[in-house]
Amino acid sequence: MTGKHVVCSVVGMLALSAVAVAGPNPAGGTVSGKVTYEGTPAKMKPIDMSKEPTCAKMYTTPPLAETVITGSGNSLENVVVYISAGAPDDAAPSTAAVFTQKGCRYIPHLLAFQVNQELKIQNEDQTSHNIHPLPKLNREWNKSQPPGTPPISEKYDKAEIFPVKCNVHPWMHGTFAVLKNSHYAVTGDGGSFTLPNLPPGKYTITAWHESYGDQSQEITITGSESKTVNFVFKAKPY
Amino acid sequence: MQEGSLEQAHVHAPPQGFIRKYIFSLDHKVIGKQYYALALVAVFTGMILSWLMRIHMVWPEAKLPFLEWFSKNGAPGGIITPEYYLSLLTMHGTLMVFFVLTNAPFAAFGNYFLPIQIGAEDMAFPRFNMMSFWTTFLAWVVLMLAFVIPDGPPIAGWTAYAPLSAVGRDAGPGMQWGASLWGLSIAIFCVGSLLGALNFIATTLDLRAKGMTLMRMPLSSWAWFITSCIALLAFAVLLPACILLILDRHAGTSFYIPAGLVISDRLQPHSGGSPLLWQHLFWFFGHPEVYIAILPSMGIVSHILVNSMRKPLLSARVVIYSMMSIGFLSYMVWGHHMFLSGMNPMSALAFSFPTLTITIPATVLTLMWLGSLYGAKIQINSASLFALGFISMFVSGGVSGFFLAQPSIDIYLHATYFVVGHFHMVMGVASLFGVFAGTYFWFPKMTGRMMNESLGKLHFWLTFVGTYCIFMPFHYLGLIGNVRRYQSFVDDFMAPYLGWHKFMTIAALITGASQFIFLFNLIYSRFKGKPAPENPWNATSLEWSIPSPPPWNNFGAKHPIVYHDPYQYGVKGSKGDFVMQDSPEQVVSASGD
Amino acid sequence: MGKLLAIVLVLIAVLSAYPIVSHMFVLPQDISTHGHAIDEQISETMVEAGISFIGAQLVLAFFVWSFSGRKDDRPLKNFPGGARALVIAAFLLVGTEILALGVMGQKAWASVYFTPAKPDDIQVQAQAEQFAFYFRYPGPDGKFGGIHPEKIDEGNQNYFGLDPANDVEARDDIVSGELVVPVDREVHLLMHAKDVGHSFYVRELRIQQDFMPGLDLSVHFTATKLGKYEIVCTQLCGLGHYNMKAYLNVVSQPDFDKWLKDQAGQ
Repeated sequence: MTGKHVVCSVVGMLALSAVAVAGPNPAGGTVSGKVTYEGTPAKMKPIDMSKEPTCAKMYTTPPLAETVITGSGNSLENVVVYISAGAPDDAAPSTAAVFTQKGCRYIPHLLAFQVNQELKIQNEDQTSHNIHPLPKLNREWNKSQPPGTPPISEKYDKAEIFPVKCNVHPWMHGTFAVLKNSHYAVTGDGGSFTLPNLPPGKYTITAWHESYGDQSQEITITGSESKTVNFVFKAKPY
Repeated sequence: MQEGSLEQAHVHAPPQGFIRKYIFSLDHKVIGKQYYALALVAVFTGMILSWLMRIHMVWPEAKLPFLEWFSKNGAPGGIITPEYYLSLLTMHGTLMVFFVLTNAPFAAFGNYFLPIQIGAEDMAFPRFNMMSFWTTFLAWVVLMLAFVIPDGPPIAGWTAYAPLSAVGRDAGPGMQWGASLWGLSIAIFCVGSLLGALNFIATTLDLRAKGMTLMRMPLSSWAWFITSCIALLAFAVLLPACILLILDRHAGTSFYIPAGLVISDRLQPHSGGSPLLWQHLFWFFGHPEVYIAILPSMGIVSHILVNSMRKPLLSARVVIYSMMSIGFLSYMVWGHHMFLSGMNPMSALAFSFPTLTITIPATVLTLMWLGSLYGAKIQINSASLFALGFISMFVSGGVSGFFLAQPSIDIYLHATYFVVGHFHMVMGVASLFGVFAGTYFWFPKMTGRMMNESLGKLHFWLTFVGTYCIFMPFHYLGLIGNVRRYQSFVDDFMAPYLGWHKFMTIAALITGASQFIFLFNLIYSRFKGKPAPENPWNATSLEWSIPSPPPWNNFGAKHPIVYHDPYQYGVKGSKGDFVMQDSPEQVVSASGD
Repeated sequence: MGKLLAIVLVLIAVLSAYPIVSHMFVLPQDISTHGHAIDEQISETMVEAGISFIGAQLVLAFFVWSFSGRKDDRPLKNFPGGARALVIAAFLLVGTEILALGVMGQKAWASVYFTPAKPDDIQVQAQAEQFAFYFRYPGPDGKFGGIHPEKIDEGNQNYFGLDPANDVEARDDIVSGELVVPVDREVHLLMHAKDVGHSFYVRELRIQQDFMPGLDLSVHFTATKLGKYEIVCTQLCGLGHYNMKAYLNVVSQPDFDKWLKDQAGQ
């Protein structure tokens, strides 16, 4: 065999293995970055759960409110970063997105999932919760979930980001981000996010935070490169 | 007053055909039975709702699979949600107060027996009468629709306080279409009741037979007459109140809703209204309504007691004036439901005085009943047992009113189980005892058959003892501060008292089950009961002078003439120790003079 | 069977009275300055109601026993004095009862509603909402910041809709889920309803007052015993009504001052 043949086969094998690693679709680009803030964010106050002793006693010190969670390097948690334009809609995955009520708080604080994906809500507390999502485009409902009742199964058929609250425990607030495609991530501690498997194209990438609003940037993916997009939100002291 | 200023030859033609005879009947007797049947369905429904409430309260984790089938949202996994508990509570109160306690003692028995007792062929306006029943039936259908809509029945209680009831869906589950159906149903019910009240008044004033002066009317007829006067004014206020509520909910008005309310995270688009206005309108109806619920039973019980005692009351006139005073005073006391509502505290003293004063005619009545029993010859049967039981219950339920009538005590007892015990004893038990007594007494006349006496007595004992077991502890729990309308007690304060709640629940289940003995007796006797004579109780009033059951025009071709007052007992009559009202014979007292 | 009814009536009277007479159910301890008047009123009413209740049931029992099941031909009798005596008795008995209860009761009522607040009382604002109570203290400036419904943000625990960014008086306001008060000092509770009707009820304080949306209502009270007491909602306000409560924490004056300082620091 000649050297040219060896190179071609190696390249071919590498390409094949790249495909095997990346899955049936051709490997796409990746967008990653960090979400940070500038300015002084409001100080999170401890949650007063005194009206619900069954939950209050689960904490040695009261937990803090979660509307603005910051981390090292001015990072911002609970920001949902997603492709808002340029990508086709994706079918909903068969696994459910799980939202848990525990210790009179919502876990996770912001739940991102897809249009028509099953939303499964469970109550792990000894008290009844009344879960009340407040969409504007989707159908509004609220349901009580006494302890011992089966999980609530719902779904949303329109893309929308909207608050969810518990009618019985006023401090319990969270967010549902119902998204059209599978390219989304929610920042955790450290504020970083990664959106892999983006086919070539021009995209609008949006970051949304419940207190600081949303921002969008445009990026173009040509092949399987990695691009970095960062978001900086303006923090408010109140 | 002149007796019988209008002589009606024939009020309507004899009924032909199935529809005219049994469905859209103009005959007051059929209409009375239709009201009774509706009340029967409503009372068993209401009772089952109360069972569900009490079971959930003491066993909140209990799984009731059939309920999940009935309402997936209301009982996921068979466990009643907090909002469904309130739906059950709302429907229980609404069904019981309107469709049972206004229908059974007043519309059902009144329709059947008022014309007969005063010697008339039918009501003054038979078509209005038919319309009033079918309107009431429509109101019931509209109300029951709330059970089948997805969002469920409303959760604001039968009192439906604004703004909770007025703002619409933001107020919570069941408060969108459920609450609108409720408002519509009650408005329709008002129309039906107004038609009925008009009919009763016109009939009483205009259709009395010759010789039937007002003072010669039996006490039950007096009670129906006074009740219909109260009802005319009371329902005339509730109807616009409900219309305003519907307008607030659907037409963007703000009669009951002030500005600046934030519900479900939304600033409500209303301003200028007053929730107090709803309370005034509702209770201006609501307090007379509870006397609408009890007065007919007082009349029925008086009527039956006299017959059972074989001796007239010490003074029927005093009983009549007492019932009239109660009716009159009932319009002056509505603010005692609002002592803590934020009204000027001076008004509390103003409302407290007539509330305490109502005790006087109520005490006079009780003393008349008790005093008349002295020296009597009491015949014990199912009807008289319930009549005597009524006296016991009326006293028990009434004395708790002493506490609640005083605003300073109401500070502590308002919205506790003390109030719930009070109104259940007077309305839920005493008033119902009047209905039971009337049923056992008048069943032979209505059907031509006797009810089974042994079953009747068994029904009485289980119900009498059972209702005391259920409702007496409510008062004790109220005294320690047990708050009402809670679906369960999740706090430490109530933990020591849950045993009492379990006792009350079990008593309720047993007592409720006993009512099926009554239902069985009703249905069985209707078809297989012993044939009844014309006057099985040796009674004096006009209904006992006609066949059992009566012909379509009550008195046949003849018009009765009345010679005596209704309670000639303990005398030497041709048929025994009594003289019937339409008998021309002279009354000779038992001692011979 | 009439005799049986008589026996059952006596049993009912005795068994019903027993829990009261034996003090099985006692009112919770009174920790207020005005409560004793209410408790006295309740006791006196209990005596009068008790006598009426037991008396009526026993008389009914006695008459049913004596005058039912008679197979003989004894003549019927009428109650001595007839209707007139009984009507007069009713008017006299009930009339004096009404006067006694009414006249004395209005004193207890007046002590709650017609007594002006003390000048050095502590102002606290209570907000009732579906389904919790929140309490606001004016802070060192002694002034409450304005309430802006559109600024309500419960996730951030801004239940009152305060605007500290623009409203200086709101910056030092203290919002708490517990009503903390110093013992033996009068508290003036301003009551604001955020959404629908609610009610404020503390059994031990002998205080109950509705929150009326649209109306500025208030109550005042002085707590006389240290401890933690339940505040419960007693006006049906929606699905969470059964779980709408807060705690009244009566502490010493130094503890109260320390608590205020701690809250301000957060």
